[in-house]
Amino acid sequence: MNVQTTEPELRALMISALGGDVAAHRALLERLSSQLRGYFKGHLNRVGRGPVEAEDLVQEALIAIHTRRHTYDSSQPFTPWVYAIARYKFVDYLRRTHGSIHDLPIEDSKEIPSPDDSRPVESSLDLRKLMAALPIRVRQTIQAVKLDGLSVSEAAAQFGMSESNVKVSIHRGLKAMARLIRENRS
Amino acid sequence: MKTDQLINMLSTNVEPVKSGQLKKTLILTLVVGGLAAFFMMLATVGLRAGAGGWFHSGFMILKLVFMLILISAGTALLAKLIRPGQNGRKLYTVIFLSFLAVGLAGICALALEPPTAWDRMIMGTEWTTCVFCIPLFAILPFATLIWGLRRGAPTNLRRTGAIAGLVAGALGAVAYAFHCPDDSLPFIALWYGVMVALCAWIGAMLGPRLLRW
Repeated sequence: MNVQTTEPELRALMISALGGDVAAHRALLERLSSQLRGYFKGHLNRVGRGPVEAEDLVQEALIAIHTRRHTYDSSQPFTPWVYAIARYKFVDYLRRTHGSIHDLPIEDSKEIPSPDDSRPVESSLDLRKLMAALPIRVRQTIQAVKLDGLSVSEAAAQFGMSESNVKVSIHRGLKAMARLIRENRS
Repeated sequence: MKTDQLINMLSTNVEPVKSGQLKKTLILTLVVGGLAAFFMMLATVGLRAGAGGWFHSGFMILKLVFMLILISAGTALLAKLIRPGQNGRKLYTVIFLSFLAVGLAGICALALEPPTAWDRMIMGTEWTTCVFCIPLFAILPFATLIWGLRRGAPTNLRRTGAIAGLVAGALGAVAYAFHCPDDSLPFIALWYGVMVALCAWIGAMLGPRLLRW
């Protein structure tokens, strides 16, 4: 599968997801996770690192794609946006783990690798440990809205917060989780 | 953790995203940063005194035009740099050409005058104040810009830092222009140009540390 065939589909999913379509959002992240897995495995393989690290990076990239989705301009192609995030996360990973950026071959977005069908391994991260490191309010809102599936207004009523505070708290929490994942690695 | 678990979590209760929020943030940081620089100028060196006050001559316009070109091209670039996968090559050319044009204008102005006048034209009366004030006035705009840029997703941190430094330096220079008693092309080309470039360089040095995500 190549970019020419996936780009229109992924872009349509992304645009629906930005409009708040939950099913499109999930489908998009699922599709991207297999593409990203292929990308990171391929690149890590070249610097002698394994599939667990690749899964860490897949998850970090997914969180980044989710929390930074407002930076996608829907008038632009989608694949270069995803690719730039993946590459940024990979370069950042190499920098933290003292690899060299020169190990990363130069390529362009036409070369996003095909999806990897092999079964995903678990990352080295423990969701519960990550959650435990978050401030209590943030943890509660993420637990309620993102894990237990309460609506934002239900969570707001339960914790006596305003709806916008619940949203801000979740957004901060997800970003903090991405940061914890990075720190976990280094 | 399984990736499926994470996807489950991320796609539960997804909020719609408002478009245009990023642009608004960027403009807000520019306005707040610019005002902060201006008040910093009022609080330290103050408006230019003497005949005509701060709006003294065509040189004021020249200073403002030079800086406003840098600010607008730089801001347009920042708007691209915080969106992964976008670049704006033409805008770098605009920035480069405006430095080049002002530099050449400065050299031409020197060539038209006898060398005995050069010292006064280049050094002016307050070049040391200029050198000190532009970076000083750039600090607050730089801070607000970095705050705004962190809401985006810059993938080239050094370059984003450099352009943030350039825009902050240009905002600092605009503020300083309201005080600046020196009216000469070589002065603008050298001191304004070099100090704004210096701010860009400092921005490039700080970018990777301040903008990481």
